Amino acid sequence: MQMPADAVPVLELDGLVRTFTTGGGLLRKGRSMTAVSDVSLRVAAGDIVGVVGESGCGKSTLARLAMRLIDPSAGRVLFEGRDVTQDHGPRLRPLRKKLQMVFQDPYSSLDPRFTLRDCLLEPFAALGETAPPGRVEALLDQVGLDRSFAGAYPHQLSGGQRQRVGIARALAYRPEVVVLDEPTASLDVSIQAQIIALLQELHRTSGLTYLFISHDLGLVRYFCTRIVVMYLGSVVEEMADPDAVPRHPYTAALMGSSFVPDPTERAQIVPLEGEIPSPFALPPGCPFAPRCARVQDRCRASRPALTQTTGASKVACFNPVEA
Amino acid sequence: MLLDVRDLSLRIGTVGLLDGLSFSVDRGEVLGLVGESGSGKSLTALALTGLAARMGATITAGSVVFDGTDLVGLKESAYRRLRGKRIGFITQNPMSALDALVTIGDQVDQVSRLHLGLSKRAARAHTVEILSRLRIPEAEVVARAYPHNLSGGMKQRVVIAMALAADPDLIIADEPTTALDVTVQAQIVMMLADLVRKRDLGLILITHDMSVVAQICDKVCVLYAGRVAESGPVRQIFAAPRHPYTEALIGCIPRDGMAPGSLRGIPGTVAAVSQYGADCCRFAPRCGRADARCRTQQPLPVVTGTGGMLACHHPVDSPVKEAADADAR
Repeated sequence: MQMPADAVPVLELDGLVRTFTTGGGLLRKGRSMTAVSDVSLRVAAGDIVGVVGESGCGKSTLARLAMRLIDPSAGRVLFEGRDVTQDHGPRLRPLRKKLQMVFQDPYSSLDPRFTLRDCLLEPFAALGETAPPGRVEALLDQVGLDRSFAGAYPHQLSGGQRQRVGIARALAYRPEVVVLDEPTASLDVSIQAQIIALLQELHRTSGLTYLFISHDLGLVRYFCTRIVVMYLGSVVEEMADPDAVPRHPYTAALMGSSFVPDPTERAQIVPLEGEIPSPFALPPGCPFAPRCARVQDRCRASRPALTQTTGASKVACFNPVEA
Repeated sequence: MLLDVRDLSLRIGTVGLLDGLSFSVDRGEVLGLVGESGSGKSLTALALTGLAARMGATITAGSVVFDGTDLVGLKESAYRRLRGKRIGFITQNPMSALDALVTIGDQVDQVSRLHLGLSKRAARAHTVEILSRLRIPEAEVVARAYPHNLSGGMKQRVVIAMALAADPDLIIADEPTTALDVTVQAQIVMMLADLVRKRDLGLILITHDMSVVAQICDKVCVLYAGRVAESGPVRQIFAAPRHPYTEALIGCIPRDGMAPGSLRGIPGTVAAVSQYGADCCRFAPRCGRADARCRTQQPLPVVTGTGGMLACHHPVDSPVKEAADADAR
């Protein structure tokens, strides 16, 4: 979905940086690493923006920053044009109704002692409000769970059913934006497809906007309207068209690592060599240079900036793959 | 045939969990054992390695012939000489498969010291050689490291190294890449395929992901609720799946150019063991082609033209009767 240049995005991340320090103590200085490094992102109403990358690329940290669950070291989070970066505690409550999150693991994100009814009423109780009558049943209907489940406990549910509860909880207040942090990573592919179909249905019927965090580029290309590829805390490519040919060698390598469910298309797999370097000792220059097949001398010396390619697409690479 | 499983049935207490499984794998061949959680894949792996008995399971029928010997009823002491030596096992979660308090080297050394009788020094040399063959950089250094020092992909390679250390003939890999990133999954899967070719091993790959099957398997056996739904050569199965479950599993993987909304998944979930019916197709409650017959009569597996098996009253390539449609609603 293309937005006009002057439209106010519903969610905007502006130059977000987040560093973490580990170790250290009274007399010893800890080591610090930058989990998210200068990430900017504009999410228009109705968008499904996919953030994709491997473990440790900073995608979950970005989700938590966008949710205002953690504070950025630098940069701003704007919701409907309003800067919410300095808001804390009670001042964040109005935002919580409009910006919600679905977590990765439906086994640890539901309280085992709560019935589904308690679980779906909790978001209201947390803000000192009372749920409108019939809301629990309406939420169960919305996520395709039988109303008889209202009295059930999480352990009586399968993984897919639990994740439906996680989604229902996020929808309790009729939010505008839902951040989905790998909502299908711990599920079977058959159940993953069910959940994605449900999310698509909700997007269509409730006019939701999604920020979808995933490590699965194939899934992101299918589900999202726009794709952001992260590597070691930075955005390396933004694809305005999810079906576009990847320009960054890392995106191309991610594509090359995805298996196609067709035994006649085997030969195309080119596994990416090596592993992500330690974020505590980032190489100078492009962070992907040590693993890149298209690396040049200047990639090791200086860092390529995110620059526009075609349309609203961007790539941070000195030697991008031909379009 | 390296491993030939025929009509294997297994129960725990009074509950039948595996019902008449048949499949086989030869040297240099990769068999994909596919199905969702609860289909009996992992239990099958435990049955083949003689570990199911520890869960209180009893094999009630069938045979597991490995290199000419039936393993059903084999004594635990005899199984110990097979397990780890001739049959390697790669577990699903590399994070919990390794002992956090023992160095990588010592853990891999154990296997060759026990099964090949190598000395401490020889075992370590052997370990370093295997680790470097699995493309672990600075294998000597890694051998002195502890599991927490390694990434998930590295740990999974160490678990593979342990499975390979005694030079087995057959490897059973239970979802070896489920916990890993896609790029690491690609490396590990290609590495396993390479091992099968170079060492002439048999590999049973257990997975729920048909794209992994398409990538490296030669044969597929699709399980549903403890029974074989369909089996056959991989190209045949993907080109023309005949069991509705097989077709649905393939349709769960997003592919480039797929129209939004076309990824449907499979409605519902695998029934709990207590809900298994005997005289029915267990997939019927989730199947769009099911009719009254599917709910009252078990479809028995028949041998297909490609040497595989099919257990379905109304395969995908058969016309759906209108009665079946109406009945399904």
